[in-house]
Amino acid sequence: MNGTFIKNISINVQKNVQSVKDHNQGRNGGSFRDKITVKDLNFYYGETLCLKNINMSIKERNVTAFIGPSGCGKTTFLRTLNRMNDLIRSTRAEGTVLIDGENIYDPKIDVVDLRKKVGMVFQKSNPFPKSIFDNVAYGLRINGINDKNIVEQKVEESLKSAALWHEVKDNLNKSALSLSGGQQQRLCIARAIAIDPEIILMDEPASALDPLSTAKIEELIFALKEKYTIIIVTHNMQQAARISDYTAFFYIGSLIEYDKTIKIFTNPSIKQTEDYVTGRFG
Amino acid sequence: MDNKEKRRLKQKIVFGAVRLSSAVVVASLFAIIFFIFAKGWSAINWEFLTQAPRNAMTEGGIFPAILGTFYLTIGAILVAMPLGIATAIYLTEYSNEGKIVKIIRNGINNLAGVPSIVFGLFGLAFFVIFLNFRASILSGSLTLGFLILPVIIGATEEALKTVPLSYREASLALGGTKWQTIYKVVLPCALPGILTGAIIGIGRAAGETAPIIFTAATFYTTRLPKSIFDEVMALPNHIYVMATAGTHIEETRQIQYGTALVLIALVMVLNAGAIIARYRFRKKLKGE
Repeated sequence: MNGTFIKNISINVQKNVQSVKDHNQGRNGGSFRDKITVKDLNFYYGETLCLKNINMSIKERNVTAFIGPSGCGKTTFLRTLNRMNDLIRSTRAEGTVLIDGENIYDPKIDVVDLRKKVGMVFQKSNPFPKSIFDNVAYGLRINGINDKNIVEQKVEESLKSAALWHEVKDNLNKSALSLSGGQQQRLCIARAIAIDPEIILMDEPASALDPLSTAKIEELIFALKEKYTIIIVTHNMQQAARISDYTAFFYIGSLIEYDKTIKIFTNPSIKQTEDYVTGRFG
Repeated sequence: MDNKEKRRLKQKIVFGAVRLSSAVVVASLFAIIFFIFAKGWSAINWEFLTQAPRNAMTEGGIFPAILGTFYLTIGAILVAMPLGIATAIYLTEYSNEGKIVKIIRNGINNLAGVPSIVFGLFGLAFFVIFLNFRASILSGSLTLGFLILPVIIGATEEALKTVPLSYREASLALGGTKWQTIYKVVLPCALPGILTGAIIGIGRAAGETAPIIFTAATFYTTRLPKSIFDEVMALPNHIYVMATAGTHIEETRQIQYGTALVLIALVMVLNAGAIIARYRFRKKLKGE
Protein backbone atom coordinates (compact mmCIF):
# COMPACT_ATOMS: atom_id res chain seq x y z
CA MET A 1 0.00 0.00 0.00
CA ASN A 2 2.53 2.51 1.13
CA GLY A 3 4.90 1.38 -1.56
CA THR A 4 2.58 2.32 -4.40
CA PHE A 5 1.68 5.51 -2.68
CA ILE A 6 5.30 6.54 -2.41
CA LYS A 7 5.87 5.50 -6.00
CA ASN A 8 2.96 7.62 -7.16
CA ILE A 9 4.20 10.54 -5.21
CA SER A 10 7.72 10.23 -6.45
CA ILE A 11 6.53 10.08 -10.05
CA ASN A 12 4.58 13.23 -9.40
CA VAL A 13 7.53 14.81 -7.71
CA GLN A 14 9.80 13.93 -10.59
CA LYS A 15 7.38 15.48 -13.04
CA ASN A 16 7.20 18.44 -10.80
CA VAL A 17 10.95 18.67 -10.45
CA GLN A 18 11.31 18.75 -14.21
CA SER A 19 8.82 21.54 -14.48
CA VAL A 20 10.35 23.37 -11.57
CA LYS A 21 13.65 23.24 -13.41
CA ASP A 22 12.05 24.60 -16.57
CA HIS A 23 10.31 27.16 -14.54
CA ASN A 24 13.39 28.29 -12.72
CA GLN A 25 15.68 28.33 -15.70
CA GLY A 26 13.44 30.88 -17.33
CA ARG A 27 13.77 32.97 -14.21
CA ASN A 28 17.36 34.02 -13.48
CA GLY A 29 18.59 30.51 -12.93
CA GLY A 30 16.39 30.01 -9.92
CA SER A 31 17.79 32.46 -7.44
CA PHE A 32 14.92 33.84 -5.48
CA ARG A 33 14.85 36.39 -2.70
CA ASP A 34 13.27 35.63 0.64
CA LYS A 35 9.87 37.29 0.51
CA ILE A 36 8.75 36.42 4.01
CA THR A 37 10.93 35.82 7.03
CA VAL A 38 9.35 34.53 10.21
CA LYS A 39 11.35 34.82 13.42
CA ASP A 40 10.48 33.22 16.75
CA LEU A 41 6.76 33.40 16.13
CA ASN A 42 4.48 32.26 18.95
CA PHE A 43 0.75 32.46 18.69
CA TYR A 44 -1.84 32.17 21.42
CA TYR A 45 -5.57 31.52 21.50
CA GLY A 46 -6.36 32.87 24.93
CA GLU A 47 -3.72 31.19 27.07
CA THR A 48 -3.20 28.24 24.73
CA LEU A 49 0.03 28.35 22.79
CA CYS A 50 -0.80 26.99 19.35
CA LEU A 51 2.18 28.04 17.28
CA LYS A 52 5.50 27.34 18.92
CA ASN A 53 8.57 29.27 17.99
CA ILE A 54 8.21 29.19 14.22
CA ASN A 55 11.24 30.22 12.17
CA MET A 56 11.24 30.07 8.40
CA SER A 57 11.86 32.00 5.22
CA ILE A 58 9.61 31.80 2.20
CA LYS A 59 10.94 32.40 -1.29
CA GLU A 60 9.35 34.88 -3.62
CA ARG A 61 7.57 33.57 -6.70
CA ASN A 62 7.57 30.00 -5.52
CA VAL A 63 4.82 27.78 -4.24
CA THR A 64 5.27 26.82 -0.62
CA ALA A 65 2.97 24.16 0.79
CA PHE A 66 2.06 23.76 4.45
CA ILE A 67 1.13 20.20 5.35
CA GLY A 68 0.33 18.41 8.57
CA PRO A 69 -2.52 16.70 10.38
CA SER A 70 -5.66 18.63 11.38
CA GLY A 71 -5.12 20.99 14.25
CA CYS A 72 -1.37 21.26 13.68
CA GLY A 73 -1.57 25.03 13.28
CA LYS A 74 -0.93 25.33 9.56
CA THR A 75 -4.05 27.37 8.87
CA THR A 76 -3.46 29.51 11.95
CA PHE A 77 0.06 30.15 10.73
CA LEU A 78 -1.18 31.02 7.25
CA ARG A 79 -3.58 33.52 8.77
CA THR A 80 -0.82 35.19 10.78
CA LEU A 81 0.75 36.21 7.47
CA ASN A 82 -2.03 38.67 6.59
CA ARG A 83 -3.15 39.14 10.18
CA MET A 84 -6.57 37.61 9.59
CA ASN A 85 -6.31 36.21 13.09
CA ASP A 86 -6.75 39.77 14.36
CA LEU A 87 -10.47 39.21 13.76
CA ILE A 88 -10.60 36.51 16.41
CA ARG A 89 -10.87 37.88 19.91
CA SER A 90 -8.28 37.07 22.55
CA THR A 91 -5.61 35.93 20.13
CA ARG A 92 -2.06 37.18 20.38
CA ALA A 93 1.08 36.88 18.28
CA GLU A 94 4.65 37.22 19.57
CA GLY A 95 7.77 37.46 17.46
CA THR A 96 8.27 38.97 14.04
CA VAL A 97 7.02 38.33 10.55
CA LEU A 98 9.00 40.28 8.01
CA ILE A 99 7.56 40.82 4.57
CA ASP A 100 10.08 42.54 2.32
CA GLY A 101 11.99 43.35 5.48
CA GLU A 102 9.07 45.05 7.22
CA ASN A 103 7.62 43.60 10.42
CA ILE A 104 3.89 43.24 9.84
CA TYR A 105 3.26 43.06 13.59
CA ASP A 106 4.80 46.49 14.07
CA PRO A 107 2.07 48.72 15.57
CA LYS A 108 2.77 51.27 12.85
CA ILE A 109 1.70 48.85 10.12
CA ASP A 110 -1.69 49.47 8.55
CA VAL A 111 -3.40 46.07 8.20
CA VAL A 112 -5.46 47.37 5.32
CA ASP A 113 -2.28 48.02 3.31
CA LEU A 114 -0.87 44.69 4.42
CA ARG A 115 -3.90 42.80 3.15
CA LYS A 116 -3.76 44.54 -0.20
CA LYS A 117 -0.28 43.15 -0.55
CA VAL A 118 -1.08 39.71 0.87
CA GLY A 119 -4.22 38.33 -0.76
CA MET A 120 -6.13 35.32 0.46
CA VAL A 121 -8.23 32.52 -1.00
CA PHE A 122 -10.35 30.62 1.49
CA GLN A 123 -11.17 26.97 1.95
CA LYS A 124 -14.81 27.41 1.12
CA SER A 125 -15.30 29.64 -1.89
CA ASN A 126 -16.90 32.83 -0.69
CA PRO A 127 -17.96 35.05 -3.57
CA PHE A 128 -20.15 37.97 -2.57
CA PRO A 129 -23.81 37.70 -3.54
CA LYS A 130 -23.12 40.18 -6.32
CA SER A 131 -22.51 39.84 -10.04
CA ILE A 132 -19.37 38.15 -11.38
CA PHE A 133 -18.10 41.52 -12.54
CA ASP A 134 -18.78 43.24 -9.22
CA ASN A 135 -17.00 40.49 -7.33
CA VAL A 136 -13.77 41.00 -9.22
CA ALA A 137 -14.19 44.77 -9.25
CA TYR A 138 -14.83 44.89 -5.50
CA GLY A 139 -11.19 45.11 -4.44
CA LEU A 140 -10.49 47.80 -7.02
CA ARG A 141 -13.45 49.92 -6.02
CA ILE A 142 -12.79 49.83 -2.30
CA ASN A 143 -9.28 50.94 -3.10
CA GLY A 144 -10.65 53.97 -4.87
CA ILE A 145 -10.28 52.80 -8.47
CA ASN A 146 -13.58 53.75 -10.10
CA ASP A 147 -12.57 54.62 -13.65
CA LYS A 148 -14.85 52.43 -15.74
CA ASN A 149 -12.28 51.58 -18.40
CA ILE A 150 -9.57 50.67 -15.93
CA VAL A 151 -11.96 48.55 -13.87
CA GLU A 152 -13.26 46.72 -16.94
CA GLN A 153 -9.78 46.06 -18.21
CA LYS A 154 -8.58 44.86 -14.84
CA VAL A 155 -11.58 42.57 -14.37
CA GLU A 156 -10.98 40.98 -17.76
CA GLU A 157 -7.26 40.57 -17.05
CA SER A 158 -7.90 39.00 -13.67
CA LEU A 159 -10.52 36.60 -14.97
CA LYS A 160 -8.13 35.59 -17.74
CA SER A 161 -5.33 35.02 -15.24
CA ALA A 162 -7.71 32.89 -13.18
CA ALA A 163 -8.58 30.86 -16.29
CA LEU A 164 -12.23 31.76 -15.96
CA TRP A 165 -12.70 34.41 -18.62
CA HIS A 166 -13.84 32.12 -21.43
CA GLU A 167 -16.47 30.53 -19.25
CA VAL A 168 -18.03 33.76 -17.97
CA LYS A 169 -17.26 36.53 -20.47
CA ASP A 170 -20.82 36.57 -21.80
CA ASN A 171 -22.40 36.47 -18.34
CA LEU A 172 -20.47 39.03 -16.34
CA ASN A 173 -23.66 40.46 -14.91
CA LYS A 174 -24.93 37.12 -13.70
CA SER A 175 -24.76 36.43 -10.00
CA ALA A 176 -21.54 34.82 -8.85
CA LEU A 177 -23.63 32.35 -6.89
CA SER A 178 -24.90 30.84 -10.14
CA LEU A 179 -21.40 29.49 -10.89
CA SER A 180 -20.27 25.96 -10.04
CA GLY A 181 -18.09 25.35 -6.98
CA GLY A 182 -14.90 25.17 -9.02
CA GLN A 183 -15.77 28.31 -10.96
CA GLN A 184 -16.61 30.13 -7.74
CA GLN A 185 -13.20 29.29 -6.34
CA ARG A 186 -11.47 30.53 -9.49
CA LEU A 187 -13.58 33.65 -9.25
CA CYS A 188 -12.27 34.14 -5.71
CA ILE A 189 -8.75 33.79 -7.07
CA ALA A 190 -9.53 36.35 -9.78
CA ARG A 191 -10.93 38.65 -7.11
CA ALA A 192 -7.76 38.25 -5.06
CA ILE A 193 -5.37 38.98 -7.94
CA ALA A 194 -7.35 41.93 -9.27
CA ILE A 195 -5.74 44.22 -6.72
CA ASP A 196 -2.21 43.10 -7.63
CA PRO A 197 -1.12 41.46 -4.41
CA GLU A 198 2.43 40.19 -4.15
CA ILE A 199 1.64 37.18 -2.02
CA ILE A 200 -1.40 34.90 -2.25
CA LEU A 201 -2.35 32.75 0.72
CA MET A 202 -4.51 29.76 -0.10
CA ASP A 203 -6.23 27.81 2.64
CA GLU A 204 -7.06 24.38 1.18
CA PRO A 205 -8.47 26.03 -1.93
CA ALA A 206 -9.43 22.76 -3.59
CA SER A 207 -10.59 20.69 -0.64
CA ALA A 208 -14.27 21.12 -1.47
CA LEU A 209 -13.88 20.55 -5.22
CA ASP A 210 -14.15 17.57 -7.54
CA PRO A 211 -10.96 16.20 -9.17
CA LEU A 212 -11.42 18.09 -12.45
CA SER A 213 -11.93 21.43 -10.76
CA THR A 214 -9.01 20.62 -8.48
CA ALA A 215 -6.79 19.99 -11.50
CA LYS A 216 -7.79 23.36 -12.92
CA ILE A 217 -6.95 25.14 -9.67
CA GLU A 218 -3.60 23.37 -9.53
CA GLU A 219 -2.73 24.37 -13.09
CA LEU A 220 -3.70 27.85 -12.19
CA ILE A 221 -1.46 27.91 -9.12
CA PHE A 222 1.37 26.70 -11.27
CA ALA A 223 0.85 29.53 -13.73
CA LEU A 224 0.39 32.15 -11.05
CA LYS A 225 3.75 31.58 -9.40
CA GLU A 226 5.38 33.35 -12.35
CA LYS A 227 4.16 36.52 -10.77
CA TYR A 228 3.09 35.82 -7.21
CA THR A 229 4.50 34.25 -4.10
CA ILE A 230 2.05 31.50 -3.25
CA ILE A 231 1.56 29.75 0.05
CA ILE A 232 -0.91 26.92 0.16
CA VAL A 233 -2.26 24.90 3.04
CA THR A 234 -3.30 21.46 1.93
CA HIS A 235 -4.42 18.15 3.39
CA ASN A 236 -3.71 16.43 0.13
CA MET A 237 -0.09 15.35 0.08
CA GLN A 238 -0.14 14.45 -3.57
CA GLN A 239 -1.31 17.95 -4.25
CA ALA A 240 1.56 19.38 -2.24
CA ALA A 241 3.95 17.15 -4.14
CA ARG A 242 2.49 18.13 -7.49
CA ILE A 243 2.39 21.87 -7.18
CA SER A 244 4.81 23.11 -4.56
CA ASP A 245 8.49 23.98 -4.71
CA TYR A 246 8.92 23.99 -0.95
CA THR A 247 7.03 22.10 1.71
CA ALA A 248 6.73 22.76 5.41
CA PHE A 249 5.52 20.00 7.70
CA PHE A 250 3.75 21.10 10.90
CA TYR A 251 2.85 18.99 13.87
CA ILE A 252 1.06 20.17 17.04
CA GLY A 253 1.98 23.79 16.54
CA SER A 254 5.61 23.24 15.63
CA LEU A 255 7.39 23.42 12.34
CA ILE A 256 8.98 19.97 12.14
CA GLU A 257 10.69 20.10 8.79
CA TYR A 258 10.91 22.58 5.96
CA ASP A 259 12.74 21.94 2.75
CA LYS A 260 12.46 21.57 -0.99
CA THR A 261 9.36 19.56 -1.79
CA ILE A 262 11.34 16.81 -3.49
CA LYS A 263 13.43 16.38 -0.37
CA ILE A 264 10.44 16.25 1.96
CA PHE A 265 8.68 13.62 -0.12
CA THR A 266 11.60 11.43 -1.11
CA ASN A 267 14.20 11.81 1.57
CA PRO A 268 12.95 13.64 4.63
CA SER A 269 15.47 14.21 7.42
CA ILE A 270 13.09 13.66 10.27
CA LYS A 271 11.29 10.44 11.08
CA GLN A 272 7.99 12.18 11.90
CA THR A 273 7.90 13.78 8.47
CA GLU A 274 8.55 10.49 6.80
CA ASP A 275 5.81 8.80 8.79
CA TYR A 276 3.38 11.51 7.80
CA VAL A 277 4.15 11.75 4.09
CA THR A 278 4.07 7.98 3.73
CA GLY A 279 0.69 7.90 5.39
CA ARG A 280 1.72 6.08 8.54
CA PHE A 281 -0.15 8.61 10.66
CA GLY A 282 -2.16 11.78 10.26
CA MET B 1 -46.01 -2.47 21.47
CA ASP B 2 -47.95 -0.67 24.18
CA ASN B 3 -45.20 1.84 24.56
CA LYS B 4 -45.10 2.43 20.83
CA GLU B 5 -48.79 3.22 20.72
CA LYS B 6 -48.46 5.52 23.66
CA ARG B 7 -45.74 7.46 21.92
CA ARG B 8 -47.79 7.68 18.77
CA LEU B 9 -50.76 8.97 20.69
CA LYS B 10 -48.61 11.55 22.42
CA GLN B 11 -47.29 12.71 19.09
CA LYS B 12 -50.79 12.99 17.72
CA ILE B 13 -51.94 15.07 20.66
CA VAL B 14 -48.99 17.44 20.39
CA PHE B 15 -49.39 17.83 16.64
CA GLY B 16 -53.08 18.46 17.12
CA ALA B 17 -52.41 21.13 19.73
CA VAL B 18 -49.79 22.83 17.57
CA ARG B 19 -52.06 22.84 14.55
CA LEU B 20 -54.97 24.15 16.57
CA SER B 21 -52.87 27.00 17.94
CA SER B 22 -51.85 28.21 14.52
CA ALA B 23 -55.41 27.83 13.29
CA VAL B 24 -56.64 30.03 16.14
CA VAL B 25 -54.06 32.68 15.28
CA VAL B 26 -54.97 32.76 11.61
CA ALA B 27 -58.68 32.60 12.36
CA SER B 28 -58.57 35.57 14.73
CA LEU B 29 -56.65 37.63 12.16
CA PHE B 30 -59.25 36.84 9.50
CA ALA B 31 -62.08 37.48 11.95
CA ILE B 32 -60.77 40.97 12.69
CA ILE B 33 -60.31 41.83 9.04
CA PHE B 34 -63.66 40.35 8.09
CA PHE B 35 -65.46 42.16 10.89
CA ILE B 36 -63.95 45.54 10.01
CA PHE B 37 -64.55 44.95 6.34
CA ALA B 38 -68.17 43.92 6.78
CA LYS B 39 -69.00 46.84 9.04
CA GLY B 40 -66.92 49.50 7.34
CA TRP B 41 -67.20 48.73 3.65
CA SER B 42 -70.47 50.62 3.16
CA ALA B 43 -68.87 53.82 4.48
CA ILE B 44 -66.19 53.80 1.81
CA ASN B 45 -66.75 55.96 -1.22
CA TRP B 46 -64.84 58.55 -3.17
CA GLU B 47 -66.04 61.42 -1.01
CA PHE B 48 -65.05 59.54 2.15
CA LEU B 49 -61.49 59.15 0.90
CA THR B 50 -61.01 62.65 -0.49
CA GLN B 51 -63.01 65.08 1.63
CA ALA B 52 -62.70 66.54 5.11
CA PRO B 53 -65.30 65.68 7.76
CA ARG B 54 -68.39 67.85 7.97
CA ASN B 55 -71.29 68.40 10.31
CA ALA B 56 -69.63 67.26 13.54
CA MET B 57 -67.98 64.27 11.83
CA THR B 58 -71.28 62.70 10.84
CA GLU B 59 -70.77 63.51 7.16
CA GLY B 60 -67.96 64.07 4.70
CA GLY B 61 -64.72 62.13 4.60
CA ILE B 62 -61.49 61.47 6.42
CA PHE B 63 -58.89 62.69 3.95
CA PRO B 64 -56.98 64.90 6.43
CA ALA B 65 -56.63 61.93 8.78
CA ILE B 66 -55.38 59.65 6.00
CA LEU B 67 -52.78 62.21 5.01
CA GLY B 68 -51.81 62.84 8.64
CA THR B 69 -51.26 59.17 9.42
CA PHE B 70 -49.32 58.76 6.19
CA TYR B 71 -46.99 61.63 7.14
CA LEU B 72 -46.58 60.47 10.74
CA THR B 73 -45.78 56.91 9.70
CA ILE B 74 -43.25 57.91 7.06
CA GLY B 75 -41.77 60.39 9.54
CA ALA B 76 -41.47 57.72 12.23
CA ILE B 77 -39.71 55.37 9.80
CA LEU B 78 -37.33 58.15 8.73
CA VAL B 79 -36.47 58.77 12.39
CA ALA B 80 -36.20 55.15 13.47
CA MET B 81 -34.41 53.53 10.52
CA PRO B 82 -31.12 55.48 10.58
CA LEU B 83 -30.95 55.51 14.38
CA GLY B 84 -31.95 51.86 14.72
CA ILE B 85 -29.68 50.56 11.98
CA ALA B 86 -26.74 52.55 13.33
CA THR B 87 -27.33 51.20 16.84
CA ALA B 88 -27.61 47.64 15.59
CA ILE B 89 -24.38 48.03 13.61
CA TYR B 90 -22.64 49.32 16.69
CA LEU B 91 -23.94 46.47 18.83
CA THR B 92 -23.18 43.62 16.43
CA GLU B 93 -20.17 44.83 14.46
CA TYR B 94 -18.18 47.26 16.54
CA SER B 95 -18.67 46.60 20.21
CA ASN B 96 -17.17 43.86 22.31
CA GLU B 97 -19.74 42.01 24.35
CA GLY B 98 -18.95 43.91 27.52
CA LYS B 99 -20.65 45.88 30.24
CA ILE B 100 -21.60 48.85 28.09
CA VAL B 101 -23.28 46.65 25.51
CA LYS B 102 -25.20 44.91 28.27
CA ILE B 103 -26.45 48.27 29.52
CA ILE B 104 -27.45 49.34 26.01
CA ARG B 105 -29.24 46.05 25.38
CA ASN B 106 -31.11 46.33 28.66
CA GLY B 107 -32.03 49.87 27.73
CA ILE B 108 -33.44 48.76 24.40
CA ASN B 109 -35.41 45.93 25.97
CA ASN B 110 -36.85 48.29 28.53
CA LEU B 111 -37.70 50.79 25.83
CA ALA B 112 -39.70 48.04 24.12
CA GLY B 113 -41.65 47.46 27.31
CA VAL B 114 -42.57 51.08 28.01
CA PRO B 115 -46.33 51.67 27.62
CA SER B 116 -47.12 53.81 24.62
CA ILE B 117 -48.89 56.47 26.70
CA VAL B 118 -45.59 57.06 28.47
CA PHE B 119 -43.98 57.70 25.10
CA GLY B 120 -46.78 60.17 24.48
CA LEU B 121 -46.08 62.00 27.73
CA PHE B 122 -42.35 61.97 27.05
CA GLY B 123 -42.99 63.41 23.60
CA LEU B 124 -45.18 66.10 25.12
CA ALA B 125 -42.60 67.06 27.72
CA PHE B 126 -39.53 66.87 25.51
CA PHE B 127 -40.41 67.58 21.88
CA VAL B 128 -43.58 69.62 22.24
CA ILE B 129 -42.66 71.75 25.25
CA PHE B 130 -38.93 71.60 25.89
CA LEU B 131 -37.77 71.73 22.25
CA ASN B 132 -40.81 73.83 21.41
CA PHE B 133 -41.77 71.83 18.32
CA ARG B 134 -45.39 72.18 19.49
CA ALA B 135 -47.94 69.51 18.62
CA SER B 136 -46.81 68.78 15.08
CA ILE B 137 -45.87 66.17 12.52
CA LEU B 138 -42.29 66.56 13.72
CA SER B 139 -43.07 65.89 17.39
CA GLY B 140 -45.37 63.01 16.52
CA SER B 141 -42.88 61.41 14.12
CA LEU B 142 -40.07 61.65 16.65
CA THR B 143 -42.24 60.14 19.39
CA LEU B 144 -43.46 57.31 17.16
CA GLY B 145 -39.92 56.84 15.87
CA PHE B 146 -38.63 56.22 19.39
CA LEU B 147 -41.53 53.88 20.02
CA ILE B 148 -40.61 51.61 17.10
CA LEU B 149 -36.85 51.91 17.62
CA PRO B 150 -36.53 48.60 19.53
CA VAL B 151 -38.30 46.77 16.71
CA ILE B 152 -35.93 48.19 14.09
CA ILE B 153 -32.85 47.52 16.23
CA GLY B 154 -33.92 43.95 16.97
CA ALA B 155 -34.68 43.10 13.34
CA THR B 156 -31.47 44.70 12.10
CA GLU B 157 -29.34 42.89 14.67
CA GLU B 158 -30.85 39.57 13.70
CA ALA B 159 -30.31 40.37 10.02
CA LEU B 160 -26.66 41.36 10.56
CA LYS B 161 -25.99 38.17 12.48
CA THR B 162 -27.17 36.02 9.59
CA VAL B 163 -24.58 37.48 7.19
CA PRO B 164 -21.86 34.80 6.96
CA LEU B 165 -18.48 35.55 8.50
CA SER B 166 -16.89 34.39 5.25
CA TYR B 167 -18.22 37.47 3.41
CA ARG B 168 -16.67 39.73 5.99
CA GLU B 169 -13.37 37.85 5.79
CA ALA B 170 -13.35 38.04 2.00
CA SER B 171 -13.81 41.80 2.08
CA LEU B 172 -11.22 42.40 4.79
CA ALA B 173 -8.73 40.13 3.02
CA LEU B 174 -9.05 42.36 -0.04
CA GLY B 175 -7.89 45.34 1.96
CA GLY B 176 -11.35 46.57 2.84
CA THR B 177 -11.74 48.65 5.98
CA LYS B 178 -14.29 47.59 8.54
CA TRP B 179 -16.68 50.30 7.43
CA GLN B 180 -16.32 49.42 3.73
CA THR B 181 -17.02 45.82 4.64
CA ILE B 182 -20.14 46.75 6.55
CA TYR B 183 -21.40 49.27 4.02
CA LYS B 184 -20.68 47.36 0.82
CA VAL B 185 -21.10 43.73 1.84
CA VAL B 186 -22.82 43.23 5.19
CA LEU B 187 -25.61 45.81 4.92
CA PRO B 188 -26.76 44.82 1.40
CA CYS B 189 -26.95 41.20 2.57
CA ALA B 190 -28.90 42.20 5.67
CA LEU B 191 -31.29 44.50 3.83
CA PRO B 192 -34.19 42.03 3.48
CA GLY B 193 -34.13 41.39 7.24
CA ILE B 194 -33.91 45.10 7.97
CA LEU B 195 -36.93 45.70 5.75
CA THR B 196 -38.87 43.13 7.77
CA GLY B 197 -38.20 45.34 10.78
CA ALA B 198 -39.45 48.33 8.81
CA ILE B 199 -42.65 46.47 7.93
CA ILE B 200 -43.41 45.69 11.55
CA GLY B 201 -42.50 49.26 12.50
CA ILE B 202 -44.87 50.72 9.91
CA GLY B 203 -47.80 48.74 11.29
CA ARG B 204 -46.99 49.75 14.81
CA ALA B 205 -46.46 53.47 14.06
CA ALA B 206 -49.57 53.83 11.91
CA GLY B 207 -51.83 52.23 14.48
CA GLU B 208 -50.70 53.91 17.68
CA THR B 209 -52.97 56.48 19.29
CA ALA B 210 -51.54 57.24 22.71
CA PRO B 211 -48.16 58.61 21.56
CA ILE B 212 -49.73 61.11 19.17
CA ILE B 213 -52.63 62.37 21.28
CA PHE B 214 -50.44 65.03 22.90
CA THR B 215 -47.75 65.36 20.29
CA ALA B 216 -49.30 65.57 16.85
CA ALA B 217 -52.94 64.74 16.49
CA THR B 218 -55.71 67.25 16.48
CA PHE B 219 -59.37 66.51 16.90
CA TYR B 220 -60.52 68.35 13.84
CA THR B 221 -59.01 70.43 11.12
CA THR B 222 -59.89 71.01 7.50
CA ARG B 223 -56.55 72.68 6.86
CA LEU B 224 -54.06 70.27 5.35
CA PRO B 225 -50.55 70.42 6.82
CA LYS B 226 -48.11 72.68 5.00
CA SER B 227 -44.99 71.94 7.00
CA ILE B 228 -43.66 69.48 9.56
CA PHE B 229 -44.56 72.00 12.26
CA ASP B 230 -48.27 71.68 11.59
CA GLU B 231 -50.75 69.63 13.57
CA VAL B 232 -52.55 66.87 11.71
CA MET B 233 -55.54 64.63 12.05
CA ALA B 234 -54.67 60.94 12.27
CA LEU B 235 -56.72 57.81 11.63
CA PRO B 236 -56.35 56.00 14.98
CA ASN B 237 -56.97 59.21 16.87
CA HIS B 238 -59.96 59.94 14.68
CA ILE B 239 -61.52 56.57 15.53
CA TYR B 240 -60.80 57.06 19.20
CA VAL B 241 -62.32 60.51 19.30
CA MET B 242 -65.44 59.55 17.35
CA ALA B 243 -65.97 56.47 19.47
CA THR B 244 -65.50 58.14 22.86
CA ALA B 245 -65.69 61.89 22.89
CA GLY B 246 -68.07 63.00 20.19
CA THR B 247 -71.65 63.98 20.67
CA HIS B 248 -72.73 61.62 17.88
CA ILE B 249 -71.11 58.36 18.88
CA GLU B 250 -73.90 56.16 17.55
CA GLU B 251 -74.41 58.14 14.34
CA THR B 252 -70.76 57.92 13.41
CA ARG B 253 -70.42 54.19 14.09
CA GLN B 254 -70.24 53.37 10.43
CA ILE B 255 -67.65 56.06 9.82
CA GLN B 256 -65.60 54.64 12.67
CA TYR B 257 -65.50 51.23 11.02
CA GLY B 258 -64.83 52.80 7.65
CA THR B 259 -61.90 54.68 9.15
CA ALA B 260 -60.55 51.48 10.70
CA LEU B 261 -60.79 49.79 7.32
CA VAL B 262 -58.89 52.65 5.68
CA LEU B 263 -56.22 52.43 8.40
CA ILE B 264 -55.72 48.73 7.72
CA ALA B 265 -55.62 49.39 3.99
CA LEU B 266 -53.08 52.20 4.43
CA VAL B 267 -50.79 49.97 6.48
CA MET B 268 -51.11 47.28 3.83
CA VAL B 269 -50.21 49.72 1.06
CA LEU B 270 -47.17 50.99 2.95
CA ASN B 271 -46.14 47.44 3.74
CA ALA B 272 -46.59 46.36 0.14
CA GLY B 273 -43.89 48.82 -0.85
CA ALA B 274 -41.47 47.38 1.69
CA ILE B 275 -42.43 43.80 0.82
CA ILE B 276 -41.83 44.37 -2.89
CA ALA B 277 -38.45 45.95 -2.12
CA ARG B 278 -37.56 43.03 0.14
CA TYR B 279 -38.58 40.52 -2.53
CA ARG B 280 -36.36 42.24 -5.10
CA PHE B 281 -33.34 42.36 -2.78
CA ARG B 282 -33.77 38.72 -1.79
CA LYS B 283 -33.92 37.69 -5.40
CA LYS B 284 -30.81 39.65 -6.19
CA LEU B 285 -28.93 38.13 -3.25
CA LYS B 286 -29.90 34.63 -4.27
CA GLY B 287 -28.61 35.37 -7.72
CA GLU B 288 -31.81 34.78 -9.63
